[in-house]
Amino acid sequence: MTRERSSLGKDLVGLEPLDGDQIRSILDTAEPFKEISERTIKKVPVLRGKTIVNLFFEASTRTRVSFEFAEKRLSADTVNISATASSVSKGETLVDTARNLEAMRIDMVVIRHWASGAARFLAERIPSTVINAGDGAHEHPTQGLLDLLTLRDHFGKIEGLKVCIVGDIVHSRVARSNIFGLLKLGAQVAVCGPPTLLPRGIERLGVERFVRLEEAIQWADALNVLRLQLERMEGGFVPSLREYNRVYGVSTRRLEAAPRELLILHPGPMNRGVEIDSDVADGDHSVVLRQVTNGVAVRMAVLYLLSGGDPASAEAAKGGQE
Amino acid sequence: MTARWTEGPDSVAVAPRPLVIRGGRVLDPSRGLDAVLDVLLVGGSVAELGSGLTAPDGADVRDASGLIVTPGLIDVHVHLREPGAEHKETIESGARAAAAGGFTAVCAMPNTDPVIDDPAAVGFVLAAGRRAGAARVYPVGAISSGQNGQRLTPVGELVDAGAVAITDDGNPVMDSGLMRRALEYASAFGIPVSDHPEDLGLSRGGVMNEGVVSTRLGLRGKPNAAEDVHIVRDLLVAEETGGHIHIQHVSTRYGVDAIRRAKARGVRVTAEVTPHHLILTEEAVEGYRTEAKMNPPLRTQEDVDAVRAGLVDGTLDTLATDHAPHHYDEKERAFDDAPNGIVGLETSLGLVLTELVGRGVMDITTAIHRMSTGPAQAMGLPGGTLAVGSPADVTLIDPKRAWTVDPAAFLSKSANTPFGGWELTGGPAATIVGGRVVWEWGP
Amino acid sequence: MARELVARSGGTDDLVLIGIQRRGVQVAGLLQDAIAQAEGVELPLGSVDITFYRDDLGTVGPRPVVGISHLPPSGIEGRTVALVDDVLFSGRTVRAALNELMDWGRPSRIILAVLIDRGGRELPIQPDVVGNRIEVLSGQRVDVLVPELDGELRAVLVDRPEDE
Repeated sequence: MTRERSSLGKDLVGLEPLDGDQIRSILDTAEPFKEISERTIKKVPVLRGKTIVNLFFEASTRTRVSFEFAEKRLSADTVNISATASSVSKGETLVDTARNLEAMRIDMVVIRHWASGAARFLAERIPSTVINAGDGAHEHPTQGLLDLLTLRDHFGKIEGLKVCIVGDIVHSRVARSNIFGLLKLGAQVAVCGPPTLLPRGIERLGVERFVRLEEAIQWADALNVLRLQLERMEGGFVPSLREYNRVYGVSTRRLEAAPRELLILHPGPMNRGVEIDSDVADGDHSVVLRQVTNGVAVRMAVLYLLSGGDPASAEAAKGGQE
Repeated sequence: MTARWTEGPDSVAVAPRPLVIRGGRVLDPSRGLDAVLDVLLVGGSVAELGSGLTAPDGADVRDASGLIVTPGLIDVHVHLREPGAEHKETIESGARAAAAGGFTAVCAMPNTDPVIDDPAAVGFVLAAGRRAGAARVYPVGAISSGQNGQRLTPVGELVDAGAVAITDDGNPVMDSGLMRRALEYASAFGIPVSDHPEDLGLSRGGVMNEGVVSTRLGLRGKPNAAEDVHIVRDLLVAEETGGHIHIQHVSTRYGVDAIRRAKARGVRVTAEVTPHHLILTEEAVEGYRTEAKMNPPLRTQEDVDAVRAGLVDGTLDTLATDHAPHHYDEKERAFDDAPNGIVGLETSLGLVLTELVGRGVMDITTAIHRMSTGPAQAMGLPGGTLAVGSPADVTLIDPKRAWTVDPAAFLSKSANTPFGGWELTGGPAATIVGGRVVWEWGP
Repeated sequence: MARELVARSGGTDDLVLIGIQRRGVQVAGLLQDAIAQAEGVELPLGSVDITFYRDDLGTVGPRPVVGISHLPPSGIEGRTVALVDDVLFSGRTVRAALNELMDWGRPSRIILAVLIDRGGRELPIQPDVVGNRIEVLSGQRVDVLVPELDGELRAVLVDRPEDE
């Protein structure tokens, strides 16, 4: 079942299981894919004949579209399955979906799911390559990679960089993938947010912890500003949007106090006027659109590196049973 | 490993022949007895202990040399799932699994469907347990009707029907006023009120221990404080009312400490701890292993050390498995979706002998006490002793038998355990209930 | 070779040099220098990395190191493209490069220039301009050394390892 051809293993469920060299190889591979997206015909035949299912148990236009472009630019055949409106029990859907995909001999599955561990759950149960497009509050590895690529483009290297992730760390898969990826590439990492949204034991992952944005701005080279999910208000994690913007909103005025020019990242979609003010989002320091462009390149790189003949699925396609 | 049933369930009504258990190391923690002796069981009771006992006419004789002869093991906290979830377990399969784990008696939790909250339901559990003809099944009634935390059940009637305690387990009693009334009212019948300690406000949304592992895995955590707050609440209400509170599955260091101090003050509190909270930490959840999902969650090594110390010094009176069978496809889910709990009846003794006694955490006398005398005293049950005249419930233990945990071979209908594949040394050799061998290990 | 190339292309006016990664790029660079000396014209130079167009990706799996393709600023639309490689063997690399060029645009004409033609074609592809033709046994490989990468310009015959 294990495939030796891919330098990343069978699946990409997170950045935590990868080492620094593997992460660097993905970022390096993304470079030639950036060029393909600039061509008149934005298509290469890398994944010709491969079938990829984009399996989304949670609505996400941006990530799904980015993956779909990446797949189509590599000439893969893609099918989108949106399971968000499913009437059956969610847990049963996941295991039954896994069996159905296995029966259909899909080459790759890109999965977005609301439950932490869902991508790994699927990866352990099917011979197809599984790519995590976000599982609960666990990881969103391609987002982490595109953030790394954007930082590397701007600063030239990741090592020694001080990156602070701002906002709802508890519920954020983007935060975790960034933390794991940045640390493996030698960056210094901090998190900043209201203590209700900073998970217990976060320091033991090797990151700094700030509860006031002013301190983070003094410390950091770059801020990765997370989206504040509006349902956090109902959970009582923050009192109000207005309060959040006042205390944790990234504004031009706050950034003026920074000892150096800060690079501003945001995984999107942005709540303008909540976690980030418009003049910052649209300002010179913001690389949010670069992130989107890099997102396609990074996902092409991941698809490319994880592709390759799979002896196990080849056997299965011939009708062999385990 | 195969189990052999020496007596069918229908033979229960027939009085067993006298039985001599010869030459075993008799270890009776209730009386500090540890000697190689013969034990004679007659008419469902312990008749005589001594060296070179003469077998009465027609008696069966069983050679127990190399084995340890102990009072029958008792598990005060099991979920047998019947009525309502017979695909997970039935009273019969659970009673047989108990016997196969060396247990001669279990206390069945009332969170079934329907809830065991009236005398007829208690009678049903009792009758089904008798029919099973394996380990004794003691029903535990609910505290509140439907376990909805509102109105007290008819506790007197439940006790008359055979309930040995009341609990809303599955749920904590969140209403302190209800807990007060339950403790006051139950004291009239001499039964304990057993509580699942969890402050639902503090644990809301949590699926594992809150700490570095939950942070890394992106799973919502339940802090120790959720359990600690509730334990302290229970202790204060018990102290106030003078009632007997039994704290279930203690998993936190502060919880152990609070119970220890309450006992010193004379509060009528007993408490239990599970094998998994004595052996595993939150690390077992790594990889989103749903077989390590339980409530309370597996905690940290500091907590494991504390509950071990609590069990050794008697702060925690008894080991209890919290045997919680689930059908395989219910655990075959994303971690957030999977139900809490693991089966424990058929691994408990082996784990205790290997991981606690074998590694020097406690001596075998203490271990056997916490699995027999301790639970009998905590719940006010017969047994837990080999004193002459006491029930002929005896467990024979082979301390040397090496075996591998094979969930597929469990007599329980469910196999949800994180201990599959563990290599253990020591386990039950035979289980004797009412003078009758209901289970014995056979190659 | 440079002269022949210019002659075959009908002058340098619309000519664009595209080297195939990796050593084809250096050979194209050498041709660019030679043409600049002879004709006094600096031709646009580009490169293609054919990794994504290989016909054996599915069986050999992805390569971790991928080169970058560079289109010359002038583009290739309507131009004469001289596709340059060091060694022509099976023709599969050229096939891949042709496909990639087509995805970039529509050149009016493509000609193929190789430093060494070692024979052994597996596809109906023939060079227009050839530096040297050599007969090579199937168990041997031709390596071209170029000044930029290897410090000298030289072709060497090496015995192929069994597993290649």
